[in-house]
Amino acid sequence: MNTVTHSLPAAMPADWRDFLALTKPRVMTLVVFTGLCGLLVAPVRLPPALAFAAILCIALGAGAAAALNMWYEADIDAQMKRTASRPLPAGRMDRASALHFGVGLSFFSVLLMGVATNWVAAGILAVSILFYVFVYTIWLKRRTPQNIVIGGAAGAFPPVIGWAAATGDVTLLPVLLFSLIFLWTPPHFWALSLFVRTDYANAGVPMLPVVAGAKATRVQILLYTAPMIAAAVAPWALHLTGAVYGIAAIALSAVFALLAVQVSLNRATEPKEMGPEKRLFAFSILYLFAIFGALVADRWIGL
Amino acid sequence: MTPQDEEEVRRRQKSRAVVMAVLLLAFAALVYAVSIAKMGLYGG
Repeated sequence: MNTVTHSLPAAMPADWRDFLALTKPRVMTLVVFTGLCGLLVAPVRLPPALAFAAILCIALGAGAAAALNMWYEADIDAQMKRTASRPLPAGRMDRASALHFGVGLSFFSVLLMGVATNWVAAGILAVSILFYVFVYTIWLKRRTPQNIVIGGAAGAFPPVIGWAAATGDVTLLPVLLFSLIFLWTPPHFWALSLFVRTDYANAGVPMLPVVAGAKATRVQILLYTAPMIAAAVAPWALHLTGAVYGIAAIALSAVFALLAVQVSLNRATEPKEMGPEKRLFAFSILYLFAIFGALVADRWIGL
Repeated sequence: MTPQDEEEVRRRQKSRAVVMAVLLLAFAALVYAVSIAKMGLYGG
């Protein structure tokens, strides 16, 4: 096991690219996209400079939470192949630097959000960072196989923050968008965890397929898909959106449901026989992008 | 610390300083743009 490949001389400052890596830039794509959609569907149109600042703050807040997550989880990351080369487990940065960076960036993103837009959005941004770091990372991730459900709640905040940045309040539509991402995360992530054999077990993280088995995981995927579809269709059913979104949500959800049923019927234990799981995982990403895209299209086309 | 290490420290300090300068300039520009936009919203 190569937990520590080399350690830095005491006075060696970390490379700036390693600070960038702490923010998990790739995870930010979905955060920025859903945050932007939340902002664009809100009934209040923000000036471009303020909208840009709001999205920047959401991205920085997500980066700050990711950095604090890596600060806390350096021990787990060191034990898993996928994450062993991150700045902390690889010994390219000392833990204190990561902590200071994460805390500093958290304050910066929240304060800038408050100054540029409003303090409701800033407050929700602060709650989302605190939730991800304390409730998910520190408290529940290592204690329950439902950890991904809790993590999903943290990832569901961006559209609510985007909406609040524009309007200064939170109404039913952003709450439904929160529910949609919250309920989408478990099927999305558990599909992946079925066919990718990770070493979470060695690192002491109770991932559902490891703890409860593949069969229970497939049942759970189906169980979360039903309310997820309800949350996806609800904005149209409650007349909060138009027909463009309604048709897109129903069509996309029908495909999602079909793929989830195929997963629930699969009995394979070898990753190479897990075609349904791979298809569901791939489609789930498209699903979320498409459904949020349809939401914005619906509002801006105005049918 | 070997001379190579010291050279590496200098190199990293320099690149971090350059990145910091760029970020500070970008921040100043952003605060300017936000101020103008806010004046448009609430002022005049």
